[in-house]
Amino acid sequence: MIFEVFRQERKGQPFVHGGSFHAPDQAFADAYAREFYARRQESVALWVVPRESIHAIEEFPDEFDLKYRRVDGYSIKARLKEARERAGTAAD
Amino acid sequence: MEPREQEFLDYVQSGGMVEPDDWMPDEYRKRLIKFIEMHGNSELMGVLPERDWILRAPTLQRKLALTAKIQDEVGHCQLIYRVVEDLGKPRSACLDDLIAGKSKFHNVFHYPTKSWGDVGVIAWLVDAAAIISQKALLKCSYAPYARVMKKVCWEESFHILHGRDTVLAMVTGTPEQFELVQEALNRWWTPLMHFHGTPIPADEDPMVIWRIKSQGNEDARQQFLDGYVPQVRELGLEIPDPKLRKNGNGVWEYTEPDWDELTAVVTGHGPASQERLDFRRLSRAETDWVSKVVLAEAA
Amino acid sequence: MSAQAQPRTELLLDLADDELILGWRNSEWTGIAPFLEEDVAFSSIAQNEIGHARALYGLAAADLGTDADALAFDRTPGEYRCAPLVQLRLVPDWARTIARHVLYETADAVRIERLKEHEDAELAGIAAKIEREEVYHRLHAQMWLERLRDEERYAGAVEELWPYALGVLSPELRPVLAERVGRPEVDAVDRSAPGEEFAALWDEMTMVRRSAPVGAQW
Repeated sequence: MIFEVFRQERKGQPFVHGGSFHAPDQAFADAYAREFYARRQESVALWVVPRESIHAIEEFPDEFDLKYRRVDGYSIKARLKEARERAGTAAD
Repeated sequence: MEPREQEFLDYVQSGGMVEPDDWMPDEYRKRLIKFIEMHGNSELMGVLPERDWILRAPTLQRKLALTAKIQDEVGHCQLIYRVVEDLGKPRSACLDDLIAGKSKFHNVFHYPTKSWGDVGVIAWLVDAAAIISQKALLKCSYAPYARVMKKVCWEESFHILHGRDTVLAMVTGTPEQFELVQEALNRWWTPLMHFHGTPIPADEDPMVIWRIKSQGNEDARQQFLDGYVPQVRELGLEIPDPKLRKNGNGVWEYTEPDWDELTAVVTGHGPASQERLDFRRLSRAETDWVSKVVLAEAA
Repeated sequence: MSAQAQPRTELLLDLADDELILGWRNSEWTGIAPFLEEDVAFSSIAQNEIGHARALYGLAAADLGTDADALAFDRTPGEYRCAPLVQLRLVPDWARTIARHVLYETADAVRIERLKEHEDAELAGIAAKIEREEVYHRLHAQMWLERLRDEERYAGAVEELWPYALGVLSPELRPVLAERVGRPEVDAVDRSAPGEEFAALWDEMTMVRRSAPVGAQW
């Protein structure tokens, strides 16, 4: 079986994908993960997962441009300028 | 070139990264597999010249450091073959082809080791030459390989220090110890000059065009000479090439290596090539039953 | 002689020599283990063993007014105290290698447990440290045992190595080992002055070191 390893470099950091290897079962996989991703004390934690448990998703349709959900969906510059001019607070 | 291939070429040349499930031109995939497989083969074969010296290491610290270095190399082979597998070639097929002499491994691992001087010189200078190539591969367009190279480069950082420290202990020891290093250097200089390959211009190198490699061979060699000739000479060691010098344009001149010799070596005709492949074939035959019992799909 | 009564230096050298030679025997698999992942794992075990040897030699060296490397390399072959079990060259036989691994780890666990209770605080301390690493060696041995126990060649290997395993321990600890392994106690292959095969091993192990005068730096 192929197992994937995610490692955490320091407490507080996200878990990041490290790599993969072959192992007969979870017990072997845990042993090998220690060796490959922590024998130099370079990780504080590991997640060891069978590859088949990972579902990859790579397509994200955006047909109707719903960018109101993002910061770039807003352009307040022009209105802000007008509001300041009206209130007499526009900078020189 | 077909439009889709051209589009892909433009994409990688402008810095685009490729992941395992992306479409890629056949030529790109083939070149990638061959290149990465050769790298994996080299890490595995690189173990053989060095492993004899674990027993013979003259202190406990050297024994541990050497074992750890070799362990790293085995680990790198594992990481690198995994990349090849996800491109479509199983690890067992890589090992089959290596043992059958159908695939190649780097020239430096076709030579015998004769003394503890070799151990120092290999860990210091051969690893240095390799790291230059590996650092350039950090920019490989094929992302899984680039990511593996990051881990590889990080782990290799102690190898050179261990090598240099080993050499330093000898060159500051007895005259006989100094001589061990000089004698080893005399034998390893030519393989080192061969290491980065023929001086094919970068813009004619398909590997650079596809952005698999990001550095031309001669560029890598010059980088090696720039970094390491001064380090070697400052120890009082002599480099066995009377023509070696840096010219007025900052370019290293040297006796042109025999490129036919390099070809002969990497196609299995080096002094230790057959012996090492035979050893690997025998070891694998002896332990094949284990893989079959516990690890059905990979050897 | 029981472990508690044994002179400290002897006890340390028994252990250190076992770990040094076993560490070397296990490191003979580097690069040629059955598959790559296991190669890396087994190499760590070998390194840990050599690391244990180094620490144990360090303690003995302090007593004797010398250093760890001198004890590891500069004695004559006849002065080494390692058990016959660790001297056996088992490469490229993985079944016998794992059989030895399982048996040695079990035997070592028995003696380390005792050593943790030793009245000598330094000995007890180093035993505790060793045991914390050995937990992982035992897990590793166990996982291989489970995979190979039904293989005839493995069973044959355990049968062959059992008398040697008993010889790792002092006589009063052997019944404990027998109980843990689940086999009846038999005549052990005891520690004795190492023979020709060990002398050849020592020769190769020290050839580089002996090529320079004693005290040379490497």
